[in-house]
Amino acid sequence: MLRESQIMKIHYITGIAALFVVAVHIMMRLIMPYDMSLEYENVIANYHNIPYVILLESILVLIAIHGFNGLRVILLELRQSKAWEDGVTILTIAAMMGVIAYGTRTIIVVNGMGFE
Amino acid sequence: MTEQVIEKIETMDKKRAREKHEKEHPKSSVTLKIYRANRLAGERAHYDSIEVPVQRWTTVLDALLYAKEYKDASIGIRYSCRMASCGSCGMKINGIPRLACYTKVSELEGSTITVEPLANFPHIRDLVTDFSQFFTHHRDMQPYIQNEQADIKDMNKLSEFMQSPEDLDKFLQFSYCIKCGLCYSACPTVATDTKFPGPQALSQAYRYFIDNRDTAGKERTKIVDDRHGIWRCHFAGSCSSVCPKGVDPALGIQLLRGHLLGFSKNEKKNAELKERLKREED
Amino acid sequence: MEKVADRNNREGLKGWLNPGRYGWERVSYWLQRLTGVGLLAYFVGHIYETSSLTQGPDAWNAMLELTQTPMGHLILILVIGMSTYHSANGIRLIFTHGGKGLGKPGRPDYPYDAVSLNYRQKSGIWIALILAAVAMLYGASVLFGGE
Repeated sequence: MLRESQIMKIHYITGIAALFVVAVHIMMRLIMPYDMSLEYENVIANYHNIPYVILLESILVLIAIHGFNGLRVILLELRQSKAWEDGVTILTIAAMMGVIAYGTRTIIVVNGMGFE
Repeated sequence: MTEQVIEKIETMDKKRAREKHEKEHPKSSVTLKIYRANRLAGERAHYDSIEVPVQRWTTVLDALLYAKEYKDASIGIRYSCRMASCGSCGMKINGIPRLACYTKVSELEGSTITVEPLANFPHIRDLVTDFSQFFTHHRDMQPYIQNEQADIKDMNKLSEFMQSPEDLDKFLQFSYCIKCGLCYSACPTVATDTKFPGPQALSQAYRYFIDNRDTAGKERTKIVDDRHGIWRCHFAGSCSSVCPKGVDPALGIQLLRGHLLGFSKNEKKNAELKERLKREED
Repeated sequence: MEKVADRNNREGLKGWLNPGRYGWERVSYWLQRLTGVGLLAYFVGHIYETSSLTQGPDAWNAMLELTQTPMGHLILILVIGMSTYHSANGIRLIFTHGGKGLGKPGRPDYPYDAVSLNYRQKSGIWIALILAAVAMLYGASVLFGGE
């Protein structure tokens, strides 16, 4: 098990790293007119760009860790019984993994899809 | 006849003196809205409104003691030094934790002053709260110098630590804590987390951590490196904003966390122990 | 008889929901929490929203019809503001949590103002709020301006 200081160092590092990757992700919406950037073909094209796919995956992992750890902290402060603390820890880790898995599935499937 | 005249003059003089005094010190009054509850006796919590006369220098404690002396002797108040030195009279005054002896009525707005017991402490009666858990958190931080070199049992080896003014300044302000509990009451984490030690205990952990007479730094960091320890402080700063002694517990906590995060390396040079007996021989 | 509070007269969630009593740092703590929870909720929704790509263009367009509405744009503008504030204030917090920018301990004197609640780190909060407002305005111009 990780010490709380190690968990919080991860929290800070994922926060800083997420800032850069999310900024790039948002700016990708501005390289062409906004409405056009949301058209199916243009979105699929993004998923075929391997560096962008790596960016998306890193956003997924970094934000999931940072966000669900933040939620874990808030929930731990609300109640302090052993059942609650264990439950919160397990649920937030499970939610973190679930969201990463679901998002990765989207990335892999869409990357494999052709243009229609 | 002369005596009657003298008596008349004296009465007029006294009246003039009283009028002059009242003119220079206009009396006014405020309404104290005091939280009353005696849980053990099954009394429902309610507020009593008591009007008390105040002057320019009247503190909330003065007003409460006036109310207790002349209006309702059953009001439960804890106080002692009346000069912001003991930390006994902490209470919520108009919603903010303050020392009653250190808060002048004139610095509060409105003509009604709401006085309630400190939040986040178990309530005993009226304005009195239980500080046991607060003191337990403090004790958990091992608030004493730990140095194997200092043999306090061997009186022949009486010695002193050589500590410079710079070394002293690193921890002095945190030693001014009077354990009044205002910071504990203001803290948003303490509001929900029963295991969080609170700003007072954590700032005392830093006080001993950074004191160069202490050699138990690693053990102290282990105590606070916990799921409900120093990491549950989020620098809301409420503790420092209510502290009446300038202890600035938020500063102590963030500085300690800096050491845990590796922002500050522990460059503390342990204080040299000079054996006094040896110096006397020299 | 009034029930003795199990949680020792603690303010509880009410203590969190009243940030205005203690100054800017308490407000920033409250906003950081609120934006954090809001962003997490948006993140989960966004992952679900983008998963409609796997079902082909029709599913994607149906999702767009749901989200590219005035209400959807307003929510997105709010998200832009929340993420800008949370990031900027988060950077400030990383510094302050490490004890940087808070000043040095010394010998306190009347009126015993706390050295850590100085304007250098406090201005970080204001900068975060201003950046969030600017980002929201820019986002609104893109989303509603039809660029």
